[in-house]
Amino acid sequence: MKRHLISAADLSRGDALLILDTAEELANLADRPIKKLPTLRGRTVVNLFFEDSTRTRISFEAAAKRLSADVINFSAKGSSVAKGESLKDTALTLEAMGADAVVIRHSASGAAHRLAGWVRGSVVNAGDGTHEHPTQALLDAFTIRRRLKGAGAALDGIRVTIVGDVLHSRVARSNVLLLSTLGAEVTLAAPPTLLPLAVDTWPCAVSYDLDAELPKSDVVMMLRVQQERMTAAYFPSVREYSRRYGLDAERMTRLPDHAIVMHPGPMNRGVEIAAEVADSVRSTIVEQVANGVTTRMAVLYLLLGGTEFPEVAP
Amino acid sequence: MGATRHPIAGRDDLAVLDAEEIRRALTRIAHEILERTHGGDEVVLLGIPTRGVPLARRLAARIGEFEGLEVPCGSLDVTMHRDDLRLRPARALGRTDLPAAGVDGKIVVLVDDVLYSGRTVRAALDALTDLGRPQAVQLAVLVDRGHRELPIRADYVGKNLPTSQREVVHVLLAEVDAQDAVMISGAPS
Repeated sequence: MKRHLISAADLSRGDALLILDTAEELANLADRPIKKLPTLRGRTVVNLFFEDSTRTRISFEAAAKRLSADVINFSAKGSSVAKGESLKDTALTLEAMGADAVVIRHSASGAAHRLAGWVRGSVVNAGDGTHEHPTQALLDAFTIRRRLKGAGAALDGIRVTIVGDVLHSRVARSNVLLLSTLGAEVTLAAPPTLLPLAVDTWPCAVSYDLDAELPKSDVVMMLRVQQERMTAAYFPSVREYSRRYGLDAERMTRLPDHAIVMHPGPMNRGVEIAAEVADSVRSTIVEQVANGVTTRMAVLYLLLGGTEFPEVAP
Repeated sequence: MGATRHPIAGRDDLAVLDAEEIRRALTRIAHEILERTHGGDEVVLLGIPTRGVPLARRLAARIGEFEGLEVPCGSLDVTMHRDDLRLRPARALGRTDLPAAGVDGKIVVLVDDVLYSGRTVRAALDALTDLGRPQAVQLAVLVDRGHRELPIRADYVGKNLPTSQREVVHVLLAEVDAQDAVMISGAPS
């Protein structure tokens, strides 16, 4: 494993499987009376969140605490950032406080990569702009594996359809990279306006017709329509988007019997996913949250649990 | 676990125990466990991965043969509790698999292949504390090679093997290594 987790592309197939296998063992912890391990005692993890987030920040916080690390939460609101401090100065402050790992979420693509050049600890990207969100991809892969494959396996031959706002989605990019590394066949189903220009260079297929893809999908991953990042008109109306690319109960019947429905959250019920789909037995949405803690524990353990990486030795 | 990671022993290795001797040692330990625990009713065997796990299963099977008693058997991974984690890159985790009845109030017998510094057993005791409160904890090892660094001793020993710290002891088990043997390599000084 590399020292930082910036992109899902940083992970080889072996690395990804090691993280999933580690998460598999850590998942048992949830059933034990004491849900805590002493492994990262004395290590400090800083959650550096420049963008609003509930589940990702809480998930990283729970993961670090279950491994006994000290957690410092930093949110841009009410901090020096509001007074105009730059990312670099914030990074140097954290460095001076002795952070062993920095978990960063930022609205600018590439923020995690820049940060990695400034701090000595490990940097974990928890979402940078419209670029990547690798731990979300890991927890999605973990969820798919648990539902459809079983422990120890990769995702060879699993057909995943990612639906919706790919253009603004860091989740989609990380998932395409990671799931294809693990052997899954990924198809993006979206209106042409919501696909990035360079999508033909991605290791996946593209379709404009969701209904044609559903019968051959083992996994359907619905993306949130990110109104807050939309600065132009990408589709005529929410209603029309929902008609063509929303997953409602009628559409769900086209899926094979074993297929699962995923959503990274937060959901716009009634837009990209109907309430009865989100609450159905096929839906893994609540499972994904639980698996998020486990997967992030695995990442933090593998980055911080061993020796310091050789290039940071003084 | 100590220095038992290498599955293939080199040519200059000396076989200390062969398959038959390992079988007899385990048979004796099984009898001793029954004797010391007054029939073994409360016993839970927990193997420490990797090679403690098949050893625990063999002991359970042996006890089953002698007394017709089904002894709960599981595994206890100690990786996250080790004190030497920072000395090596993060390693893959083994499996922790507790019998359904748990460990509360039971006599837990930890099973490992080699007892050396005692640090693995210390980690196992910590790991066990987080899982429940046994009535008592005992330790069974196939080989005790000495050089303890902590005040820990085994209750059941297959073979006491005086070694030099330069030597390496390999335990090979059919379930993992396709053969049963205990080998020692590296000349004593």
